Amino acid sequence: MGTVEAHGLRKAFGDVQALDGVDLDVPDGSFFVVLGPSGAGKTTTLRAIAGLEKLDGGSVHLDGRDATDDTPAARDLAMVFQSYALYPRQTAYDNIASPLRARKASASDIAAAVEQVATLLHIERLLKRRPAQMSGGEMQRVALARALVRRPRAFLMDEPLTNLDLKLRVEMRTELTRIHRALGGTFLYVTNDQVEALSMADHVAVLKDGRVQQVGTPADVYERPANQWVAGFVGSPRISLLACRAEGDRLVGAQGWSLPRPRWTTAEDGRPLLLGLRAEDVSVERRGDVALAGEVYALEPLGDRTVVDVKVGSELVKVKARPHVTGTPGDRVSVTVDLDRAHIFDAGTGLALSTAGR
Amino acid sequence: MAITIDEAVPGPATDDAPPARRRGGRGRMVVEVLLLTALAVAMLFPVLWMLETSIKENRDVYAVPAKFFGFDLTLDHYKDVFVARGGGRSDLSGSFLNSVVVAGASTVLATVLGVPAAWAYSRFTLKAKKDQLFFILSTRFMPPVVVVIPIFLMYRTLGLIDTKLGLVLIYAAFNVPFTIWMMKGFVDEVPAEYEDAAMLDGYTRLQAFWRVTLPLLVPGIAATAVFALIFSWNEFVFAVFLTSSQEVRTAPPAIAGLIGGTTVDWGLVAASAVVFAVPVLVFAYLVRKHLVAGVTLGAVRR
Ligand SMILES: Nc1ncnc2c1ncn2[C@@H]1O[C@H](COP(=O)(O)OP(=O)(O)OP(=O)(O)O)[C@@H](O)[C@H]1O
Ligand SMILES: [Mg+2]
Repeated sequence: MGTVEAHGLRKAFGDVQALDGVDLDVPDGSFFVVLGPSGAGKTTTLRAIAGLEKLDGGSVHLDGRDATDDTPAARDLAMVFQSYALYPRQTAYDNIASPLRARKASASDIAAAVEQVATLLHIERLLKRRPAQMSGGEMQRVALARALVRRPRAFLMDEPLTNLDLKLRVEMRTELTRIHRALGGTFLYVTNDQVEALSMADHVAVLKDGRVQQVGTPADVYERPANQWVAGFVGSPRISLLACRAEGDRLVGAQGWSLPRPRWTTAEDGRPLLLGLRAEDVSVERRGDVALAGEVYALEPLGDRTVVDVKVGSELVKVKARPHVTGTPGDRVSVTVDLDRAHIFDAGTGLALSTAGR
Repeated sequence: MAITIDEAVPGPATDDAPPARRRGGRGRMVVEVLLLTALAVAMLFPVLWMLETSIKENRDVYAVPAKFFGFDLTLDHYKDVFVARGGGRSDLSGSFLNSVVVAGASTVLATVLGVPAAWAYSRFTLKAKKDQLFFILSTRFMPPVVVVIPIFLMYRTLGLIDTKLGLVLIYAAFNVPFTIWMMKGFVDEVPAEYEDAAMLDGYTRLQAFWRVTLPLLVPGIAATAVFALIFSWNEFVFAVFLTSSQEVRTAPPAIAGLIGGTTVDWGLVAASAVVFAVPVLVFAYLVRKHLVAGVTLGAVRR
């Protein structure tokens, strides 16, 4: 059992508005990821929910009950800190045992629980070491273990995988998803890595400047970004945005191109728009009627694929292509566009214009 | 520390390329050594003379011209410090005991009050925190002589004149600001997230402080307490003005009282001064590791 709801969280540090009305609704048993760039307010959000930060406004409900004024201990949450916050004088074993000791578990229960979680995270051989004798990745796993050793209402995790090397990070991603399924608890997980968000979450909230930009499934966020900023932040390579406006049944680019206007755009004629094209929704290899003329600007071979930067007028369009695609800068190419998968944003407000119906 | 980088870091560089600071050549080195020697003699001579006087026979103490070498050794002066002429405990030994009690109690009191206060000032957002801290520090700006008269009057009303408790309180009052300031620096160095983690583990804020932060502060507390202890141990002005009876008197006024009769027993003065200085040295030596750790704590990356 464990739902976490935050309503209108507000917190300012001096003149920095770290949280500017954050709403989160984390369902029981979900893997809920808060995704945002550095400084978005992710850590502050978690600390507010944990009761470590005095709020300027808003409320926190746990299991439907108002917990805004509860002490951290009374909230029955476990947290993995971005900086680990392992007790430096204690061994990994004592660190992991700490939440159980605080709750007065018996020594034999503690030993069993620590052993179990250590096996789960493959840190059995670290148990006798102190934090100073561990690598960053090892400390991170011990910090995870200290949270997972107990069955709290919810687990709060602040970028628990950032300091691992790539291989370990990919492994731990799968591990965490597996652990989540095995334990069945509520995970509120914070990260600035969109791959983590898209691969692990069942719900994603995108946070920027202390405001939630969009909440939805990973597919929602990726395929139906609510605004230009979310579209730009989620997805790699970055979505290409081309200035244009609607004119009758055509979409006319600021760089001189013209495409048929997608049926679903609602914008009135003449309003400045942005056409968003994801690299996989455009192609330099396929032939099609709907296309932009441009020239190759750069090739970026990435092993499993090559990203071709195509210059359309003075704007760049990133195009995903097969690994061995050839071309030299300056070659004229035609970029085929899948308009059904394109995004249209209001250039002024940045909001997506009716991407429904897809 | 007396070790320079040149001595501490072995390497071939010293052979062919002399370190930069020796660039001035031999003449400059001679001047350096001479100056340092002069400084050392000026600084150490009184100490040396005190040590010598404390173990000289009385006739050598008063010999004219003074004897640097070739005097007769005796430990009588040290015996006189502790044992009264007619047998039994001497007055001076009682004063030393008072000093131990007063300095110890006031240091404990200042630490018990100052450490939690420093923690609070470090961890919590308080109204006008900077002003409060400045006010606390400002109580140390005034020299004791300036406040001793009003304190004397207050103590007379309160019946604290000529009591050990009175001295303990005034020394603690002087040491608390110092303890807060010094300890705040140490607490600042301990990440607040340790306590946050402990609170999420299920401890209260105070338990978190007690279990997690306090053990990490021990070196800082030791360093701070040594400074407070030395202040209380050495304090003279308050002791002279606020106490008079033999039963309450601490060592500094008692030793000063030895000088001033028609004849001065310099051997006894020197011996009691040595006895007075030794505990401070021993104590600082015992906690030297903590003192160094305390001073360099900020340099350790956490
Ligand atoms: N204790 C503090 N004092 C002052 N400003 C703070 C404090 N904590 C956070 N901030 C500011 O609040 C904003 C949000 O910070 P927060 O730590 O929540 O970001 P974050 O999303 O966790 O970033 P990161 O990914 O870098 O960890 C930042 O602008 C930060 O500078
Ligand atoms: Mg953070």
